[in-house]
Amino acid sequence: MALRRMPAPIRLRELIRTIRTARTQAEEREMIQKECAAIRSSFREEDNTYRCRNVAKLLYMHMLGYPAHFGQLECLKLIASQKFTDKRIGYLGAMLLLDERQDVHLLMTNCIKNDLNHSTQYVQGLALCTLGCMGSSEMCRDLAGEVEKLLKTSNSYLRKKAALCAVHVIRKVPELMEMFLPATKNLLSEKNHGVLHTSVVLLTEMCERSPDMLAHFRKLVPQLVRILKNLIMSGYSPEHDVSGISDPFLQVRILRLLRILGKGDDDSSEAMNDILAQVATNTETSKNVGNAILYETVLTIMDIKSESGLRVLAINILGRFLLNNDKNIRYVALTSLLKTVQTDHNAVQRHRSTIVDCLKDLDVSIKRRAMELSFALVNGNNIRGMMKELLYFLDSCDPEFKADCASGVFLAAEKYAPSKRWHIDTIMRVLTTAGSYVRDDSVPNLIQLITNSVEMHAYTVQRLYKALLDDISQQPLVQVASWCIGEYGDLLVSGQCEEEEPIQVTEDEVLDVLEGLLVSNLSTPVTRGYALTAIMKLSTRFTSVNRIKKVVSIYGSSIDVELQQRAVEYNALFKKYDHMRPALLERMPIMEKTASNGPTEIVQTNGEAEPSVVEAKHPPPVTQPTNQANDLLDLLGGNDVVPVIQTTVPTKPASAGGELLDLLGDLSLSGGPAPAPATSVPSSQPAFLLDGLTSPPLFNDIAAAGIPPMTAYNKNGLKIDFTFERANPNPNIAVITIHASNSTEADMTDFVFQAAVPKTFQLQLLSPSSNVVPALNQGTVTQVIRVLNPQKQQLRMRIKLTYTHKGSAVQDLAEVNNFPPQSWQ
Amino acid sequence: MFALVANQKVVRDWPCFGVVLGGSFLPRGGYTVLLFKMQFMLLFSRQGKLRLQKWYVPLSDKEKKKITRELVQTVLARKPKMCSFLEWRDLKIVYKRYASLYFCCAIEDQDNELITLEIIHRYVELLDKYFGSVCELDIIFNFEKAYFILDEFLLGGEAQETSKKNVLKAIEQADLLQEPRHEYFNVPVY
Repeated sequence: MALRRMPAPIRLRELIRTIRTARTQAEEREMIQKECAAIRSSFREEDNTYRCRNVAKLLYMHMLGYPAHFGQLECLKLIASQKFTDKRIGYLGAMLLLDERQDVHLLMTNCIKNDLNHSTQYVQGLALCTLGCMGSSEMCRDLAGEVEKLLKTSNSYLRKKAALCAVHVIRKVPELMEMFLPATKNLLSEKNHGVLHTSVVLLTEMCERSPDMLAHFRKLVPQLVRILKNLIMSGYSPEHDVSGISDPFLQVRILRLLRILGKGDDDSSEAMNDILAQVATNTETSKNVGNAILYETVLTIMDIKSESGLRVLAINILGRFLLNNDKNIRYVALTSLLKTVQTDHNAVQRHRSTIVDCLKDLDVSIKRRAMELSFALVNGNNIRGMMKELLYFLDSCDPEFKADCASGVFLAAEKYAPSKRWHIDTIMRVLTTAGSYVRDDSVPNLIQLITNSVEMHAYTVQRLYKALLDDISQQPLVQVASWCIGEYGDLLVSGQCEEEEPIQVTEDEVLDVLEGLLVSNLSTPVTRGYALTAIMKLSTRFTSVNRIKKVVSIYGSSIDVELQQRAVEYNALFKKYDHMRPALLERMPIMEKTASNGPTEIVQTNGEAEPSVVEAKHPPPVTQPTNQANDLLDLLGGNDVVPVIQTTVPTKPASAGGELLDLLGDLSLSGGPAPAPATSVPSSQPAFLLDGLTSPPLFNDIAAAGIPPMTAYNKNGLKIDFTFERANPNPNIAVITIHASNSTEADMTDFVFQAAVPKTFQLQLLSPSSNVVPALNQGTVTQVIRVLNPQKQQLRMRIKLTYTHKGSAVQDLAEVNNFPPQSWQ
Repeated sequence: MFALVANQKVVRDWPCFGVVLGGSFLPRGGYTVLLFKMQFMLLFSRQGKLRLQKWYVPLSDKEKKKITRELVQTVLARKPKMCSFLEWRDLKIVYKRYASLYFCCAIEDQDNELITLEIIHRYVELLDKYFGSVCELDIIFNFEKAYFILDEFLLGGEAQETSKKNVLKAIEQADLLQEPRHEYFNVPVY
């Protein structure tokens, strides 16, 4: 019976031409389907002649986005074929269509093994390439021996490929690294640049993975220096020349290996000192290729133990980069300067004005780096000038920068403010220009700052009031303003301002504004809470108490449960507890900042009726758990952080306090005669309060650390910010607090945050404040991470987030790389 | 270095208190992520059509498609005056446009962006020498050759040969091995 022979399948290029004539997506799909059907039939017939052609066509269609999995086995057949053409397409197909998740790929192993021993080097090359690109751990284990053999061959074409294949094997199966050690013996004596380059890559890989290897290979430093020297000094070599530079790829790789070998080692660093200086001064900078080498050189100089002259040279190279017309070079310079600004601060300061100019660059990445670097360079001497530039930047920058810029401004202002008035003016400027981008925890921080600037109260409240008249859309501004008006409304009305022309405003006008906030659509529930509480506080500062009573009673039936509760309680204050009202609503005393494991802990030092500065008789215990502070804020209009850490600090009920506490919940207002609040940290404190956190409080430890916060993750409405500080006794421990917030309309429940860090670090996760991240940014979940970084390596972290959202389980993984250098240096 | 899979070695290195970490942590199960590495290279047209994709990390087809789609969109949205580097997810993207084609590489954190630009340029030079004034059509109709050339230049994301001459010589020799043997190796074989 004669087999029905199909006509020869169309050629690859003809198919490509045909498909390109398709005018619509539908037409293309039709052509593809037709051809796929033909190809499938051909595969079924086990046609050896045209298999290659068909797979090639399949690969083209795969690139267009169409499924091609039915060709996987065909690729394997091609690889097994004796024809070189078949193997070439077969291996290409394998690299494109197969991956290590499917068991099918293991069928390749035997073929690859045979081909690694093939008589034709180009076939061996195909096998090495495929193994080195996509070999799975199992394949690598099986074939490592063959690779090792080829690493010792004298054929440089194969040797260079074997070296990179070995790199891949080591990456997949690190335990196999040892077996390649003997073969590395003479790798650097090669003359062939391909082999040299790949050998350096292999050595780099081994040194990065194993401290023992690193120590072992340090003896290669002189040889590497010699090779590099020859490259620089040698005349024109047409084969490796790129714009007058001899083999820049090899130069860069050698520089990188030198960096790894020289790091932390005095002798090696000294041995490479001269060559680094030579490269730094002699490399031609007119083209990108020269700058690429200079860049690598700078990175190396900064990482090893180089002498100061060399370091200054490196920074100056970066300074010159900043002035380069090529924006790529400027970008790279800013990145490197950011890495070095902590260690070589003065040298970088010299380039400050150029850096500040980069804030005006058009490129987003350059702007961001310039901003980060600018903040790092702010100090007591340049604060006024720098702040002017940064505020200008804040005005005009893209929204994606505003939050970080605002936080940076606040931090810098806190550290270096030349005067209180300047400080408050700066804050006002940020709130009015970027108010909606300011972080949630800025509000309590600012409130605390304002409270403590006693002589500025009148000025502050006046300015905030005026700002409110202009604009009530920016919530953080509105919240701070409401709070201040509630506190200092009496100063506002009495026109006591010294710093500027006092405004004339009546009690009714003030109440109009606050009531306006309550009814406005622009106000969030949190803001309304602030406004209501502010109104209530004014009942002891203003005379028009009746109006206030009326407002409060209206909100007693508000739909918003939070407002309703407050209103009901305030109502009760008017009715049943009026005798307590003045004491309760009196002026807030000075709040001391304490060293803490997270956002500013606000500890009330003295509940007596003195609005003036009260000095703490003796340092109050630091570790007031977060939620106690939040309870304080909660009553007085603070943010709605979900308090979970159970406080075991004993509260001090005054004589009438029992009822007070019943009514107002767990509030530790030590209004009684007892001096300071809980003076001892009870031994029954939960176990997670560790050493380092119970040391005496230091004012402004957070600001002293000066590490800018960062956003670690922001996806699907879940945003996780990191704030930093150093645990006091041990500078190698960085204490990171995560703040998880949720901007979607549904809560995220069962929220679990997990983190992992590289091996040289140690990580400790304390308990989270809660497992629920409330919707619409109504609160944050905080959790403390302590990271021990004895080797001061760059901090990287992988985080895993799981939570339930709208009924479905969500899981995500992310890598966090944008840690500010101060957090790990 | 990170070791993502909780194999024996890694778990032993971590302290036993407080660390919360499960087994396979990332989709690249068992793959250790390095800091200097090219993860993938993409070539695409100004209309966003993919002309070449070389992946040096194991990812599913779905993930590759997603990454490609997002990255192509991001790069095409860049204005001409912007620099050739951008941060995307946790990678650095180095891209350069040559005529109607974008060459786009994803490298890791510690890698040198400027030398990556040189790598891209070297690849373009190789294509140019091989095809004789290469244009996008050459790469469309001879995509398999473009891959062969790339695979002689880079292996596992690293340069295996720094001499232009040697790469081209190897390709030439390999082409001659193709069957059926033709006098002019650029006559279509399949």
